[in-house]
Amino acid sequence: MMRHLISAADLTRDDAVLILDTAEEMARVADRPIKKLPTLRGRTICNLFFEDSTRTRISFEAAEKRLSADVINFAAKGSSVSKGESLKDTAQTLEAMGVDAVVIRHSASGAPFRLATSGWIDAPVINAGDGTHQHPTQALLDAFTMRRRLVGRDAGLGRDLAGKRITLVGDVLHSRVARSNVDLLHTLGAEVTLVAPPTLVPVGVESWPCEVSYDLDSVLPKSDAVMMLRVQRERMNAAFFPTEREYSRRYGLDGDRMAKMPEHAIVMHPGPMVRGMEITAEVADSDRCTVVEQVANGVSVRMAVLYLLLGGSEPAVTPATTRIEEK
Amino acid sequence: MDTQAHTDEARPVLEAPDIARVLTRIAHEIVERAKGADDVVLLGIPTRGVFLARRLAEKLASITGTEVPVGSLDITMYRDDLRLKPARAIGRTDIPADGVDGRLVVLVDDVLFSGRTIRAALDALGDIGRPRAVQLAVLVDRGHRELPIRADYVGKNLPTSLRETVKVQLAEEDGRDTVLLGGKSAS
Repeated sequence: MMRHLISAADLTRDDAVLILDTAEEMARVADRPIKKLPTLRGRTICNLFFEDSTRTRISFEAAEKRLSADVINFAAKGSSVSKGESLKDTAQTLEAMGVDAVVIRHSASGAPFRLATSGWIDAPVINAGDGTHQHPTQALLDAFTMRRRLVGRDAGLGRDLAGKRITLVGDVLHSRVARSNVDLLHTLGAEVTLVAPPTLVPVGVESWPCEVSYDLDSVLPKSDAVMMLRVQRERMNAAFFPTEREYSRRYGLDGDRMAKMPEHAIVMHPGPMVRGMEITAEVADSDRCTVVEQVANGVSVRMAVLYLLLGGSEPAVTPATTRIEEK
Repeated sequence: MDTQAHTDEARPVLEAPDIARVLTRIAHEIVERAKGADDVVLLGIPTRGVFLARRLAEKLASITGTEVPVGSLDITMYRDDLRLKPARAIGRTDIPADGVDGRLVVLVDDVLFSGRTIRAALDALGDIGRPRAVQLAVLVDRGHRELPIRADYVGKNLPTSLRETVKVQLAEEDGRDTVLLGGKSAS
């Protein structure tokens, strides 16, 4: 039985659909006068953020508070980490304080896995993004947004994304969002295509369950959803493309390119967007762009994950493959 | 949910015509007590309470000539035994468009037993709005209350022992209408 959510690849189709269906119900709470459920009353959740974040941190905090959990926010900046404290010591401090779950974001790929399997802490661990590895709740909220827009809010209940054609465009090399999405979308039956300059395609991509293309214009007409990825300069330590203008010209989404997409197709972006680089303001502000919707859906999806992992005596979600050894 | 009870020695205590009759009676009782059904909202508790609420709404419409709003109220997130069992899938909460503020809400469920489900429903309702009053309609009251809760409308009072099981089957979910009283615990 999985106690943690470390990677989108750990989820079976049934797990993923259960999370999406539960999130659909959680979304209704946002329409109520009292946007709160008593489900996690008395449980303490620590948001352990070793890397800058606005969207994800606030989203997790909103989800936790809507489920009535007690929330401890920990940002590495201004903490003992900046004095040299290790992840192990931080974890053991949290364990001593009796936290019931840890949401962790870290710049090092594998940090959440280490925390979940080290024995330093007994609480469930939820990965809120680690390095260039995984960001499972982002993939879940993206899938939730796609299912709502492409299948329907009520019609989508119990269903996956079988046959939907999803295109991810841009800096795949540094993108944990891309990796998580490829894993989850494949599990949900979608056909995924990555479009990126050759320098931003990871080594070993041929083993991923997706297609790779270098030509955006040829893929757009065959896409139900196009997800633009931010160029992550903060993770770049070399020159991956000649100029920003050239990148935008070949891999940016503007109004003309959007017009090549099918009528029903949507434009997605995990945020933060760099307007003028991978997406123009015209596209970002259009009705077809779901970026704000994705933020709202993120709270519902994270509520669903927290409920299914922490709401009962044991989690309702089971992994496809037991990648995480229980201690 | 327990869709397949062990029905060793299970005997029907209500059949389809009986269920139709008691629902008709309950609908008339609601109209009588509410002096019409102008401000009534029916909220069924998933799963079978929702089907019963829809049937009651049809009967109320035929009696009063006006449509009665009907919805569903899932109480999973408000249960007091959440941590005693693995996390379970949550059901649908669907509140009619006009809400419940100032209305007479009639909660509808299939079996009234310990009263804990209804306690949770009252908590859930409090987060949704402020009804003028809340009443409870159940198809079967099997006793063994653990909380000071009672039903306003009862299809059938069914004295049971704690070792017996009461299984409600409805056509919409189970293919037939019946209430079975069994001699063994359900799985």
